Amino acid sequence: MKSEALSHIRICDFTGQLAGAGATRWMAAFGAEIIRVEDPVRLGKWDVLRGTSPFVDERRGHEFGGCFNNHNVEKLGITLNLRTDRGKELLTQLIAECDAVTENFAAGVLERLGFGYERLREIRPDILYVSNCGFGHAGPYRKYKTWGPIVQACCGLTFTSGLPDMPSAGWGYSYMDHHGGNFMAMAIMAGLIHRSRTGEGQWIDMSCTDAGATMLGPAVLDYTVNGRPLRRDGMPYSNRSQFPAMAPHGIYEADGHDAWLALAARDERDWQAITELMGIDDRRFADLAGRLAHEDDLDDAVRAWTSKRDRFEAAAELQAVGVPAAGVAKPVDRVDNDANTEAWGLWPTVTHGEMGRVRVDGIPAHFSDTDWVLERGGPLLGQHNRQILGGLLGYSDTELADLVAEGVI
Amino acid sequence: MADSDLPGALGGIRVVELAGEASAYAGLMLAGMGAEVIVVEPPEGHHSRGFEPFLDDEAGPERSLWWWHYNASKLGVTLDLGEEGDRDRFRSLVGTADVVLESERPGRLADLGIDHDTLRADHPELIWVSLTPFGRTGPRSQEESIDLTVLAAGGPVWSCGYDDHAIPPQRGGGNQGYQTGSVFAVLSAQTALLARDRTGQGQFVDVSLHAAANVTTEFASVQWLVAGDEVQRQTGRHAAVEPTTFTRALSVDGIDVNTGFPPRSARDFAVVVEWMESLGLKDQFEEFFFLEMGTQLEEDLHLSQIGQDPEVTAMFGAAREAVRFIAQNITAHEFFIGAQERGLAVGIIYSPEEVLADPHFQERGFPVEVVHEDLGRSFTYVGAPYIAPKSPYRIRHRAPHIGEHNHILSPK
Repeated sequence: MKSEALSHIRICDFTGQLAGAGATRWMAAFGAEIIRVEDPVRLGKWDVLRGTSPFVDERRGHEFGGCFNNHNVEKLGITLNLRTDRGKELLTQLIAECDAVTENFAAGVLERLGFGYERLREIRPDILYVSNCGFGHAGPYRKYKTWGPIVQACCGLTFTSGLPDMPSAGWGYSYMDHHGGNFMAMAIMAGLIHRSRTGEGQWIDMSCTDAGATMLGPAVLDYTVNGRPLRRDGMPYSNRSQFPAMAPHGIYEADGHDAWLALAARDERDWQAITELMGIDDRRFADLAGRLAHEDDLDDAVRAWTSKRDRFEAAAELQAVGVPAAGVAKPVDRVDNDANTEAWGLWPTVTHGEMGRVRVDGIPAHFSDTDWVLERGGPLLGQHNRQILGGLLGYSDTELADLVAEGVI
Repeated sequence: MADSDLPGALGGIRVVELAGEASAYAGLMLAGMGAEVIVVEPPEGHHSRGFEPFLDDEAGPERSLWWWHYNASKLGVTLDLGEEGDRDRFRSLVGTADVVLESERPGRLADLGIDHDTLRADHPELIWVSLTPFGRTGPRSQEESIDLTVLAAGGPVWSCGYDDHAIPPQRGGGNQGYQTGSVFAVLSAQTALLARDRTGQGQFVDVSLHAAANVTTEFASVQWLVAGDEVQRQTGRHAAVEPTTFTRALSVDGIDVNTGFPPRSARDFAVVVEWMESLGLKDQFEEFFFLEMGTQLEEDLHLSQIGQDPEVTAMFGAAREAVRFIAQNITAHEFFIGAQERGLAVGIIYSPEEVLADPHFQERGFPVEVVHEDLGRSFTYVGAPYIAPKSPYRIRHRAPHIGEHNHILSPK
């Protein structure tokens, strides 16, 4: 079974890692035919996630990377050795059958392989080409190398996370690899929508650092309008809320090992409920201005209540009086013990050709008519050569055997 | 046609957005792609007009920079959805829309008789995207929630913070819980539009902020799903099962940099040797010998050799320290450019305002001037996430005043 939402779309896909593969992952979940093209000589290891941890068991190698499987569910995989003329010929034939070509190589790599945008247009005049790299394909940093943490550093996101007078805590994962992929999916679908209405292809130059920098708008305006930089004494203080101002607003110690509770008062009603629940009675905290002026003491008063309580029980008590609160969830809490993620079907099980049945990230949207389907794991190296090169391009089994023997696929 | 006249990928698409904190970024992006986004507020204006920061620090419904940013490129109308007359006008407006975007509490619009179930029979081609904290129907769907609790309950907070676990884990700044949900709301609208091209039918899409946070935590989820291992937060680097070594250095101008992966190839070692010598730092770096040893490598070092092979461990350590030592002796920008021009992937930890001043972002046209003719001024905004020459993403105009485009509505 497949989703019908994007089943009319076929993509020749060179993306890898998360920042690229994440883009076509979304589209594959909604039924697009995503054909991953990999290098048989290097066993597809341009995408290092093919062979890196986590692993389901003791087996190692290019078919056992847990993240590769997660990021490439429902895609097809073929191998083409683009060092050979035959490999280039096959790729040319494939591109002629595709709506879009997608990649997140370093800038210029696809062009050096002989498939820059001008060549793609010769093959198919209405082709959509979406490139994605850390700094894009234009501008003085276009050749610079990045991965998630470098992107996050250079676009301002790392700086926004942490405490005053401390180094940046940053993001403890590649937040911008996820969103690099998501914004790339946005760019691909915007290009496809434009193409379906006008018949016109184009080259969309997606830059992860541009995408990341769009995510800090109010802080930027505070500088460009009011002249107030975020790099200033006492800032950032990211567990507190500046835009909008709220107090209390924080992550507080709870009872137990590394146990934490997030809570906030959005308004005076929330604050009233908190004071009654926690028994806080301090005239300094009577209004928001007072709470902001004495925020350290306010946090101490809140902590006196939270630190004696289980994070989830305390959150339930706060929710019961209408206050936003949540225990800081560990992976086990949200993957295995959360009624909501279970009801959503958020961790579907896919079947991978070597790893077997593995749980993966689901999709955070449900469609009433053409919902996503995640059943097939990431492709083994060249798993769909016969289906694509045979079924789509018409090569016979004998010809395919020759291509293998010649080192083309 | 000049680029600025091109309509954008979603030109001709009308989106009706019920003003909301979580969905505002989604509406902004759809508008940036060229959709006509009409944001519907209550007559007194949406409460996010009361959010800091304000123009010249003076509060006022037309002075919120939060509102300015998230509602740029949109048109604004006011409706009192508590009044039946205005609900009728809302129904008429929805009848002209391709997409409805809303982040109302589950059940509210049904109680008012203006939800998708009620309206779909008359508008089968309508796409309705709902963005709520826990989705429309789950057991937690009625919980109170804000950006902070989305990120705490959804996983991101667990992975962010400091090596010292007596310090609370940290929420990344900038409404990222809302924005992550919004990004998926945009993908949902686009996907449903592409599906409608083929089927002619609209549909309902239920987007969950909590689910969105859960599936964007990279290793934290996958490590647990695949291997049952729990990652632990670390200062400025990936939360991990096994502790990793530093990637941060403080440059001479007081700005932090990310020093990236240490050199592993003979080429990279040679680059570091050359760079240290050119800066005159060679004699101050005691382990220089190990860097020179690295220039003789025939195969790249592999992370798995650390701790196994003493020479490799020493070379790795020296390389990492050398890059940090260089960073500590020059400015952050000199370090960033110097390393990247030499092919070493490192980063400068910019604050948001510093990004717009950087020549790379300027050359790409990322900062854009938005005219506020009402104030007789213009201001610099963040621009487009990608460059699409035939269907440009653009900030089209300033955010609307309260009820500025009420002429769009059917007459009372």
